[in-house]
Order: sequence, then structure tokens, then C-alpha cells
Amino acid sequence: MEALLIPFLDATIRTATPLAYAALGELVTERSGVINIGMEGIIIAGCFGGLVAAGAGGAAMGFLGGALAGVLMAMIFAWFVLRLRADAIITGTALTLLGLGLTGTLYRGVFGLEGAALGTPSIAPVAIPGLSSIPVLGPVLFTQSVMTYLLYLLVPVLAWWLMRTHAGLALRAVGESRAAALAAGLDVRRIRWGAILFGGAMGGLCGATLVLAQVGTFTEGMSAGRGFIAIAIVVLGRWRAVGTALAAVVFGGAFALQYLLQAAGWALPYQLFLALPYLLTLVLLAALRGRAEAPAELASPAE
Amino acid sequence: MTEALLALWDGAFGSSYAIWSATLVRSAPLLLLGLGVALAFRAGVLNIGAEGQFLLGAISATALAQGVGGDLPGVVMIPLMAVVGAAAGAGWAGIAAWLRHRFGVLEVISTIMLNFVALATISWMVRGPLQEPTRIYPQSAEIAHAAQWPFLIPGQRLHLGFVLGLLACVIAWVVLTRTATGFRIRAVGASPSAATSAGGIDVTRTVTRVFLVSGACAGLAGAAEVGGVTWALYEGISPGYGYTAIAVALLARLHPGWIIGSAIFFGALEAGASAMQRDAGIPSVVVQVIVAVIILGVLAGSQRRARPTGGRR
Repeated sequence: MEALLIPFLDATIRTATPLAYAALGELVTERSGVINIGMEGIIIAGCFGGLVAAGAGGAAMGFLGGALAGVLMAMIFAWFVLRLRADAIITGTALTLLGLGLTGTLYRGVFGLEGAALGTPSIAPVAIPGLSSIPVLGPVLFTQSVMTYLLYLLVPVLAWWLMRTHAGLALRAVGESRAAALAAGLDVRRIRWGAILFGGAMGGLCGATLVLAQVGTFTEGMSAGRGFIAIAIVVLGRWRAVGTALAAVVFGGAFALQYLLQAAGWALPYQLFLALPYLLTLVLLAALRGRAEAPAELASPAE
Repeated sequence: MTEALLALWDGAFGSSYAIWSATLVRSAPLLLLGLGVALAFRAGVLNIGAEGQFLLGAISATALAQGVGGDLPGVVMIPLMAVVGAAAGAGWAGIAAWLRHRFGVLEVISTIMLNFVALATISWMVRGPLQEPTRIYPQSAEIAHAAQWPFLIPGQRLHLGFVLGLLACVIAWVVLTRTATGFRIRAVGASPSAATSAGGIDVTRTVTRVFLVSGACAGLAGAAEVGGVTWALYEGISPGYGYTAIAVALLARLHPGWIIGSAIFFGALEAGASAMQRDAGIPSVVVQVIVAVIILGVLAGSQRRARPTGGRR
């Protein structure tokens, strides 16, 4: 049993890591009262940015490149939604198509029409001395990539920032009532710009992590719906940082079940497990009805 | 650059074959899919799931054709495929409609999730229940001759599905502008609360029906693609038609009449892009970029106007 369980849990944390980055980014964006449905396009841009930058300057540059690509995509979204007051949902959909199309075109343009799979500098898991020898928890939680360890720091900091600082309060105020925030003298548009760009950087890091720490290569459309799943993760995490991180682990598990299936040799069609994260999203979104504590401004047009 | 644009133009309009066997053949699914998206958006339903509804239509039509294909004459078989495909698309959309009304799940997210589930379903179908008899290739066997939809012009590939698409657009145009149902749809899309209080309209019922009709359009497009173009089911049966449909609908300003022009424009783009990839080495995914830019362009052009979808909540 343990021979199956530990690789499964290890894969759960590994697949949850990029999901958590995207979901935490979406969390901050949504807390400002704007839903960014274009997270999918941001993630795939981050994948490609990560690939190109890592090829040029190594893995560390790759993460920088991924975040930068995400920010650029988020700027387009913010410009349309906040400046031109375009519909956020349709802008987000266009952003997703733009990301998928642009990366596909550039990838084949740069790396050849066949789109041959190519390796990239990647980051290997690092065992933390001491902690990694704890039974079960050690190999699962403390034999991961640096990006996972960074999350262990980022999640509590973000939770504290969101709930205990003035800046976090301002962000939440803008998300709850634009009118009240304006009356209180807050620069709503600037706060939303910041929240959207932060979401872009995190989505870009999600993509870079996917390429550099999880898959080890780029394929077209490799974001595979993670941007939309990130939105579901935020709902499941009830718009809180720690909750969102834990919800990401649940979805990491849904993805990791595929590996467990292969190892266990169950006689179910593997496509069922491919569909599982998406089915889980639907079930959880339905089950969480009424308990959700969504920022009130999500229901009105952003500007 | 010039070479690429020339290849694009030649692939779309350069010969009678390009027009009747490439551009218009690719416009056929876009007519129905774009119309479905436009109707949904008109009623304030953000159905982004045309892709999945299309795939379910294609799967069901193939299953039907494989199941009874040889036993029925074409005049029975072809309408049956259309009905079953439309029903499957409506059913797939119905899941999202039910989730919206029963549990308040945003249809934007649910329809996209269902797109991925549909992809997994087709992947299983072509390796499982519907795989060709030799079990080597991940695709279905060719459907029986009686289940193949008729071509409209000898020597060209334009098929019955294109006419159905045109017909659907004209019917939707009349319904939307000349009937009480059309008024209800437009009222609900403009303002659900006003539709309820001033119009006495059952918003839930109207929204659900439009959602189902939108899915039916997409499912019918899937059936037409199998019956008229591919004659078999395989995973890549849709090069993202369901997403292009959003641009088709937005460029047509959600107007059923303008969908015809918009669908032919994007059909030409798809056809031209294939030729461009073949002749000039420009990857055809560039179409997705063009689609996204057109959506953003339409959004930028309509700034400060009412939201294109009306009040959603």
C-alpha cells in the first residue's frame, strides 16, 4: 500500500504546486472584485515564456520569463476591462484564445512546424536535510522543487497580508464595494490594476513551474484547463489564501490519480481519470452553492 | 509576408474548389455554432461550451450511423442523425443549464469543464466502443453510405449541413425579431429583473430553453460534420470550431442574419490558413490569434456601450 501511496501523494503535491500559484493569483484578482477568466491564456503564456527564457538563461531566468509573460497578458486584460470597460468574461475568453494561439504559432515558428518536443533546463526536487527523512511526510512534502517550498512561505504571508494589513484591507474593500471604497478615498482602479498584474505574475509562474519543474518540456495547449480549474479552486478555498492552497492539493490529487491508476493497473478506461479534475470541478462548484463567500463586486461589471 | 497572404487568399477564394469545397465547407459548422453562441449570449447565457456540444453531437451521430447505418435508407437515416446530434448537444448544454439553475454554477466555467469532459469522452469512444474493427487506429470506421449526407454541387464537397445552417440563421432571425418568444429572449438578455417584473416573463424557463437550443445548434453542427465531411469520428474532428464560434457571434454583433457573413469570413480564414501552412509554412494556429484579436477589436470598438451580453445577474 505504502509503495503506491507515497508516489501518489508525492505526485499530488507536485501537480498541486502550479495549480496553487495560479489559484492564489486568481484569488488576489477576485478579491479586488474582478474575475479573470483569461487565467488559462496567462498560464500558457507563462509556459512559453518560461521555455524561451530558460533556454536563453537557465532555469532561474525561466521563472522570471514566465512571470513576465503572465504580466504582459494580464496588462492586456486590465487595459480592456478597467480602461475600455469591456466585459470581463468575454475579454478573458479572448485572452485565453490569444494565449493558446500565440504560443502555438510562436512555438511552431521558432521550433519548427512539426513542433518537435524538446527538453529544457529544469529544476530537480531537493530533499530538505532532516525533514525529508520523516516517514511518509518527508518524501511527500519535503522532497519537492524549490517552487513548492516557496509556496510554504508564500501562503502564510499572503494570508497575513490579506487579512491583517492595511493594503490587504484596501484590496478586500474594493472587492466588496467599489462605491464604498471610492468614498473612503481608495484609488479603486489602481488597486485593481495591481491585483490583476499580480494575478498575471502568479499565473505566469504557474506556467513556468509546469514546464520547468513538472513536465520538462513544452507542448501546445499544455495548460489543459488549469486556468479554469484555478477559478474553481478559489471557490473551493472560499476566497482565503490557506483554503485556496489546500483546495489546490485536492485538485492535485485528482490529476495524480492518473499515475496511481497506471501503477495499480485498474481496468478502467484512463480517459475517465483524464476527465476527473473537470468532473470534480463541476461537482464541487455545485456542492458549494450558498456557502461561497464571494467578493460582492464580482457580480457587477468591473471598471 | 506577401507570399503568405497570397496563399491565404488562394486557399480561401482562389478557385471554385477553394470556395465550394474549402471555405464554405468550413463555414457550415461555424454557421450553426456561431448562431448557437449568439442566441445564448442574446439571452445573457455565456455558453462557451459549443466545442463540447459539437463533439457530443458528432459522437452520437456516429454511434447512430454505426448502430443502424446499413439498415435504413438515407432519407430516414440523415434526418435521424440530425435529430440525435441536436438532442445530444442540447443534453450536454442541459447539464450546464441545470447546474446554473439548481446550484448557481457559473455557466462560463461549467461549459468549459464540459468541453474537457467531452474531449475525454471522444478519446475513449475512438479507442473503445466506436473504434474501427481492426482496432489499430484511434478512429471509427467509415459510416455507411446511406448515412453520408448529400453533396449539393457535383464535384464539390459542399454538403447539406451548410443549407441547414443558412436555414437555421433565417429562422432564428425571424423568431428573434418577429415573435413573442424572440421578444422574451431579448428582454431576458437586456435585464432579467425588468423582464420578470414588467414583462411577466419566466426568466428561468426562457434562459433554460435558449441554453438547450444553443446546445442543439452545436450538436447539429457536429452531426453534420460527421455526416457531410469526415464520415468517421476521430479526436481532432474540430479544430477549435467551438471557440471560433464565439468570434463569429461577436463579429456578427449577435445578429442571426449577420452570422451568415461572419461564418463565411471565418470559414475562409480557416480554409486559407490551412493552405498557408501547406504553401508558405505559416502555422495554421495563427487563426486563433486572429480570432482573439477580432474579439478584442470588437470589444474595444463597443466600449462604453452596454455590455454585449446585457445584464447577466
